[in-house]
Amino acid sequence: MPEQEIDVALTVNGTPRTARVPARRLLSDCLRHDLGYTGTHVGCEHGVCGACTVLVDGQPMRSCLLFAVSVDGAKVTTVEGCRAPDGGLGPVQQAFQDCHGLQCGFCTPGFVTTITAYLRENPAPTEAQAREAIGGNLCRCTGYQNIVASVLRAAELLDRVDQA
Amino acid sequence: MKPPAFMYHRPASVDDALGLLAELGSDAKVLAGGQSLVPVLNMRLAAPVHLVDVNGLAELAYVRCDADAVRVGALARHVTVERDEPAYAALPLLRQATGHVAHPAIRNRGTTVGSLAHADPAAELPAVLTLVGGSVTVATSAGSRTVPAAEFFVGPLESALRPGELAVEATFPVPPPGTGSAWLEVSRRRGDYAVCGVGMLVTVDDDGRIVRARAAYVSVGPTPVLVELTDAVAGRPWDSADWAGAGALASAAVEPDDDVHATAAYRRHLVGVLTARAGREAARAGAGN
Repeated sequence: MPEQEIDVALTVNGTPRTARVPARRLLSDCLRHDLGYTGTHVGCEHGVCGACTVLVDGQPMRSCLLFAVSVDGAKVTTVEGCRAPDGGLGPVQQAFQDCHGLQCGFCTPGFVTTITAYLRENPAPTEAQAREAIGGNLCRCTGYQNIVASVLRAAELLDRVDQA
Repeated sequence: MKPPAFMYHRPASVDDALGLLAELGSDAKVLAGGQSLVPVLNMRLAAPVHLVDVNGLAELAYVRCDADAVRVGALARHVTVERDEPAYAALPLLRQATGHVAHPAIRNRGTTVGSLAHADPAAELPAVLTLVGGSVTVATSAGSRTVPAAEFFVGPLESALRPGELAVEATFPVPPPGTGSAWLEVSRRRGDYAVCGVGMLVTVDDDGRIVRARAAYVSVGPTPVLVELTDAVAGRPWDSADWAGAGALASAAVEPDDDVHATAAYRRHLVGVLTARAGREAARAGAGN
C-alpha cells in the first residue's frame, strides 16, 4: 500500500510555503528536507536536546515532536527568521557573537529561537531567570556560562532597539 | 529515528472523532499534544495503524472554573492551564505542579488531559488528579462515563481508557477552604522526570490546627501513590506539627523500585525529606501565611 501523502501549507519566516508530505513527516524534516530551511538542526529526535526548537505561532516547540500535517496552516519561525530586517545578525544572534555563546554551533539554532521567544515575554531577565529560560536546551561545548551571558546581552540589545 | 508510517485522520468535530475511534477501535491512537506519543513513535516503541489528530477540536481547548472544580478540556495545553488565573486561584496546585512538567517548549504543545491518558507514574498531572480525588470524563460514540482517578490509572503507561474512547475532560475538585498545597520534586536536571516528587494538600481550621493532610507521590510506584498523613499531624498547630514524623510515615508506606536512575532506598529517603518540606509549605499556605 503506498504511503498516504498530505498537502501542508505553512508560513515560514513570513513566506507562504506548501509541501506534499507523508503523514509521518516530522516538522523538523519537513522544514529541512522539503522546504530547505536547514538552519533547524536535529539532535536527539525525541524532545530532549532542544536543537530543533522553532516557533509555532510564536511559541517555542520541538519541531521533532510535531507532525507537519498536524500544524498545517501555522506560522513557523526558524533560526533563519531570527535575523535582522537588513539580513544581518538579529539581536539574539549578535549577542551570541558578542559573548562567545557558541563553539561548534550545532545547538545554537534551538537556543536562538528559544531565547527570541523568551525575551518577548520577559524583556529584562535576571541571571537566574536567564539560566532557567535555557533549561530545555542542551549544549555540549560551552558549559552554558556564555550562553547565559548571551541571553542577558540580547536583552540589552533588544532594549536599545526598543529605545531607538 | 523516524516514526513508522500510519494513516492520518483529522476530525473536525468531537462527534467525527468519536465516530472514527469507534470504527478504528484498537488500531487507532489519539494524537493531542503528542509530546509523549511522538517520542514513543520516533523510537519505534509503538506503531499504531491510525492516528486520530484531535488538534482541530478547538471546542475542547478550555479551562473552566466554578466553586466546585477546575475542568480542563482535552485540548487545553499545559501552558494554558499553568497561566489560567481563575484556575490558580481555585487550585494553586495545578500551576505548582505543571511548572515542573518538562520545559516550556513541551508545555506549549503538550496537554493536561493527554498527560493523564498517557498515565506515566513519573508524570505530575496523574498525581495531582489522584491527590485532589478528581476524575476523567471519557466519551464514546455511544455515550460517556466518568472514571475516578483511583480507577483511571491502572499501571505504568496504562489507563482505564478502552479502544474507541476519547478522554474529553479532566475534573479537578477544589479542596475545602483553609487548604494549602505544595509541589516538590527532585530530578537529576531541571525538567527531567522526577526521581521522586510529592504533591501535598494540608487543611487547617480557623484555630490554626491541622484537620487533614494527604500527599501523592510520583516515580515511587506503578501508578501515582496516595498516602493519608492526617494521623501524624491532625490537631497540631500548623506551625509546630511533626512533619518529620509524617515523612517517616510516608517513607514506610511507599514501595519504590530500583532502576538506573535511583535505588529504592534513595527514593524512600526522598519521600521522607520531601514530605516534611512540602507539609510545612502547604500548612503555611493553608493557614494563610
